Amino acid sequence: MQYPASFLLTSAGAFAATGVDFIATWALFLRFRQVAGWRIGEVAVFYGVIGASFALADALTRGFDVFGEQFVKTGDFDRVLVRPRSTVLQLLGYELRATRVGRLAQALLVGYIGIRLTSITWSWTAWATLLFAVAGGMALFSGILVLQATLAFWTVESLEIGNALTYGGVEAAQYPLDLYARWFRNFLIFVVPLGCVSYFPVAAVLGKADRTGLPAQLLELTPTLGFLFLGFALWVWRYGVRHYTSTGS
Amino acid sequence: MIAGVVRPYHAVFRARFQLLLQYRAAALAGFGTQCWWGAIKVMIFAAFLAGPVASPMTLRQTIDYIWLGQAFLMLLPWSADAELARMVRSGDIAYERLRPVDGYAYWYARAVARRTATPLLRATPMVLLTGVVLPSLGLGKWGLGPPAGVEAALLFVASMALVVALSSAFSTLLDVLVVITLSERGVNILVAPLAIVFSGSLIPLPLLPDWLQPFMQYQPFAGLIDFPFRIYGGHLIGWSAVAALGRQGVWTLILVVLGRAIMRRAMARLETQGG
Repeated sequence: MQYPASFLLTSAGAFAATGVDFIATWALFLRFRQVAGWRIGEVAVFYGVIGASFALADALTRGFDVFGEQFVKTGDFDRVLVRPRSTVLQLLGYELRATRVGRLAQALLVGYIGIRLTSITWSWTAWATLLFAVAGGMALFSGILVLQATLAFWTVESLEIGNALTYGGVEAAQYPLDLYARWFRNFLIFVVPLGCVSYFPVAAVLGKADRTGLPAQLLELTPTLGFLFLGFALWVWRYGVRHYTSTGS
Repeated sequence: MIAGVVRPYHAVFRARFQLLLQYRAAALAGFGTQCWWGAIKVMIFAAFLAGPVASPMTLRQTIDYIWLGQAFLMLLPWSADAELARMVRSGDIAYERLRPVDGYAYWYARAVARRTATPLLRATPMVLLTGVVLPSLGLGKWGLGPPAGVEAALLFVASMALVVALSSAFSTLLDVLVVITLSERGVNILVAPLAIVFSGSLIPLPLLPDWLQPFMQYQPFAGLIDFPFRIYGGHLIGWSAVAALGRQGVWTLILVVLGRAIMRRAMARLETQGG
């Protein structure tokens, strides 16, 4: 943190840039008042939860994101392998960027506004569920980024598919999943479980469990799938490391 | 022995082939991303428009707008010319003054070249997918429909030509600003969100609040996305459409004049870096 002014400026810039994101949602609600029975406060909570999850995951796993370009191409990964600590731990915390702080701040602000606009009964369960949802979301996005980096073993470039799932995933999960076509909703629940770390738990907290057709108690536990996804991603990563042949040495 | 002769060529071929495959893979992945974005937007807008409140644009017009916006995304003045930025950093920009041709016209021509070949190439797969493949699968309702009529189609083509002119004027102005500010990062970071919101790329302009409409229709970015795609869908018709084309033209002229003026001053007081 050598340049606090520059850090603040970059954070502010990221805050504004992600704010642009919410302008469309805000404008649409201003005109149409509601979407599929959901109101702006509720959608703001969905937005805040998934935005915060991604910002946190992004900040922590930056090392994996640039993994393809920097490490594998230059053969630097060999140095990482040689060190006695776990490769995963080293790449974590590779870079904490000001942009992630800006994005996190924006997500939290929108989420807070949403919470103020809705009438949630604040029990311990509600708090725990929200935190569990964010934690599960962090795990899920981290898993996606780890998988993206693992692809670099075979293609030596991080594919844009990773971006589609991270940024696109945030965009999709900002809204309650019952807006989407059935096949898309199922994809977001069973394949890349974004719905389990945003839609399901937040619907339970908002008292809208009946919209999902599942009992609230079950919904509160669904963020577990985010952790399972991360476990799967790490397993794939270890497989890739075992079969890694250096390109540079 | 023959194997020994052939081997290096084989190695080169394989390396090149792999490189091209990766390039294709990246392009394919980029296309996939855009399809994903487009699909999400279509579903979200469809959900909003399905409510009881009346919409200024029909669902058909909105969906066409979204897919066209995705297809022609490259037409927006996203960033200053990367090569020019590099030249500014290295000091080579001084050579630009030595050219016997009009500096601005040369830069403008480069911008136009960037805004015709590539965007057209990248638009084609998207248009084919949403305009041909989806309807053939019976999903035409969610894909790109045909223009709203012959008049709409003709005005659309004219409008797109003006988009190229306008966008090139924008990006040449950005290039000139890069020469002045000596940094392309600042310019790019400012322009992208402005372009996304005010062009209608983020959300069709008519769907923004009513009190913003007069301003939105007269600002320069509107001519990049909003005008041509609303003309296509038949939302902007008759003399209103012609007036919109006029505004595209006027803003192009203003940006060209501005760009030329700033460039003249900038080149005269050129601070050469690394020279």
